[in-house]
Amino acid sequence: MKIFNILLSAFRALQRNKMRSFLTMLGIIIGVGAVIAMLAIGQGAEYSVKEQIAALGTNVLMVFPGAQQQAGVRTAAGSATTLTEDDALAIARECPAVQYISPGAFAGGQVIAGNLNWSTAIQGVGSDYLEIRQWPIEYGDFFTDQDVKAAAKVCILGKTVADNLFPESSPVEQTIRIRNVPFKVVGVLTRKGQNAMGQDQDDIIIAPYTTVIRRLSHWPNLRFVLISATSLRDMPVAQKQITDLLRMRHKIQAFDADDFTIRNQTDLAATATATTDILTILLASIASVSLLVGGIGIMNIMLVSVTERTREIGIRMSIGARSRDILTQFLIEALVLSLLGGIVGIILGIAGSSIISSIAKWPTIVTAFSIILSFGFSIAIGIFFGFYPARKAAMLNPIDALRYE
Amino acid sequence: MIAEHQSEPAGDGGSLIQIEHLVKTYQLGEFEVHALRGVSVRVSKGEFVAIMGASGSGKSTFMNILGCLDKPTKGSYVLEGIDVGKLSRDELAAIRNKKIGFVFQGFNLLSRTTAFENVELPLFYGPASNKERKAKAIEAIERVGLGERIHHYPNQLSGGQQQRVAIARALVNDPSIILADEPTGNLDSRTSVEVMGIFQELNNNGITVILVTHEPDIADFAKRHIVFRDGKIRTDRTNTSPKVASEAIKEMPLIGADEEEAA
Repeated sequence: MKIFNILLSAFRALQRNKMRSFLTMLGIIIGVGAVIAMLAIGQGAEYSVKEQIAALGTNVLMVFPGAQQQAGVRTAAGSATTLTEDDALAIARECPAVQYISPGAFAGGQVIAGNLNWSTAIQGVGSDYLEIRQWPIEYGDFFTDQDVKAAAKVCILGKTVADNLFPESSPVEQTIRIRNVPFKVVGVLTRKGQNAMGQDQDDIIIAPYTTVIRRLSHWPNLRFVLISATSLRDMPVAQKQITDLLRMRHKIQAFDADDFTIRNQTDLAATATATTDILTILLASIASVSLLVGGIGIMNIMLVSVTERTREIGIRMSIGARSRDILTQFLIEALVLSLLGGIVGIILGIAGSSIISSIAKWPTIVTAFSIILSFGFSIAIGIFFGFYPARKAAMLNPIDALRYE
Repeated sequence: MIAEHQSEPAGDGGSLIQIEHLVKTYQLGEFEVHALRGVSVRVSKGEFVAIMGASGSGKSTFMNILGCLDKPTKGSYVLEGIDVGKLSRDELAAIRNKKIGFVFQGFNLLSRTTAFENVELPLFYGPASNKERKAKAIEAIERVGLGERIHHYPNQLSGGQQQRVAIARALVNDPSIILADEPTGNLDSRTSVEVMGIFQELNNNGITVILVTHEPDIADFAKRHIVFRDGKIRTDRTNTSPKVASEAIKEMPLIGADEEEAA
């Protein structure tokens, strides 16, 4: 029997039972659609994480105090008091592969402006911070090197903070009180939006690190140093220079571990991607279960169909169908069901993904890979779950099949 | 009017069917059922044979073997020079496709499938091209006089019309023999005679027809009667003056004709 004829017969057979064919396909449609949508959500998450990290600047290095391991005991990174202002200044002075450097400190607290107040994080940084982050000022100015040296009580506001504290007027030249210390607002940052974890990056106040350390946190050492290398290619060089310099300054013996941690964007990206990969795999495996159930649905219907069409099989055999013709016919029917279901499911999955995108504001990406994967998976399911019923049909004895009531 | 049929001597090339000492034994649990106990018969091209016998006489088993649906336990069955008993399942399927046209009591049409699609079905399992297939199917349907109902579904056709579709299907591949198993069993007497008329017409055009029936009235339309009993041929005789369906129909009352046309 020619392949075209087999296909024609299969289509006719499925057409004879439109409702049943549709319901059988529904299992595959939902399964494939779910797999596509879930993969799109996972990959969308991964993409946005990578975007966020890239937005930090690709040639950015971060130095944190604290060793990754000390005598076998892991301490929380940042808890050690090993990173000083002098370290940061030395890096700026002695590492040629370093372009910009910004020491960093943290504080948090209640901020008051007039009769409004707001609770937010205060980041203390150097004057090159915005160059490293590539974060422009919307209006006003950034504080100068002079302000840093003098530990001036100046600050710039993230967009969220500015909106909440100064809903009507411009915050520039106004005074706010951070934990009762008055700060003059010199500028407002452009809006950066949420980061990959859904945090509002604009809910922040940025002040000179010297001021934050002396007036707010009272913690003499740095929490981090943000560094940009001269170029992406110089990243490993910069990392090596900083490591060597800090080891020397901290008098670390040759076989002892570093008492600081240098992280670059690639590391961050790898960590974040690993998390979203787990999310993707989890979502896809849940969706695969429904695809599997859809496949079992096909087998179920094909088995019913073989029993119900026993007489038809007998007729076909009596007029010359060989076992393999019957086998291919039923296999092709199962395959057509799963393929059509797969195609509709892909369309549904793509549509569903964009609906999720627009309603839940979650980025979704449908990749060619996920389409090929679910398409291939639905073919495999058609063959796998179609084979047993098809074989059962092909093995029938024509005389018994003809007599079947 | 009825004379004993003389079997021709073995070895001539004219026989379409040559059956020698056919034995069929079934194993039913612990019991052996001897359905056929040594049957020898020859059928030449162009014959119209009625196979008769009570149920359990072995005529159905004989029919299944004749139709290559079943294989004999012993003995030989040569169809147009091919020893069918030695063929595999797939080869038998090919023989059924090319050389045998089946007509059943219950019509056995595919439901929810048009007359045309039913008739072209055997050609799907052969080498015919799409064009050939369509042309042949249309020709076969027109031959049984159903040209106007070519795209009707079986449930839109009367019993007689359905049986004519089945005959068209049997004809479509130009078979060597048409095997009809109680083809009038589900039809009223007038329609039965009409269907027998089609068989007679086909037979007059040179097609070999073998008919299984238990109704003597129907068997009267055939040219030869073979009667089975207890797995053996009891009588085998020529019907020297078979009834002619086209004449018989004129003598019949018009009951059932309305139904045929209304369907």
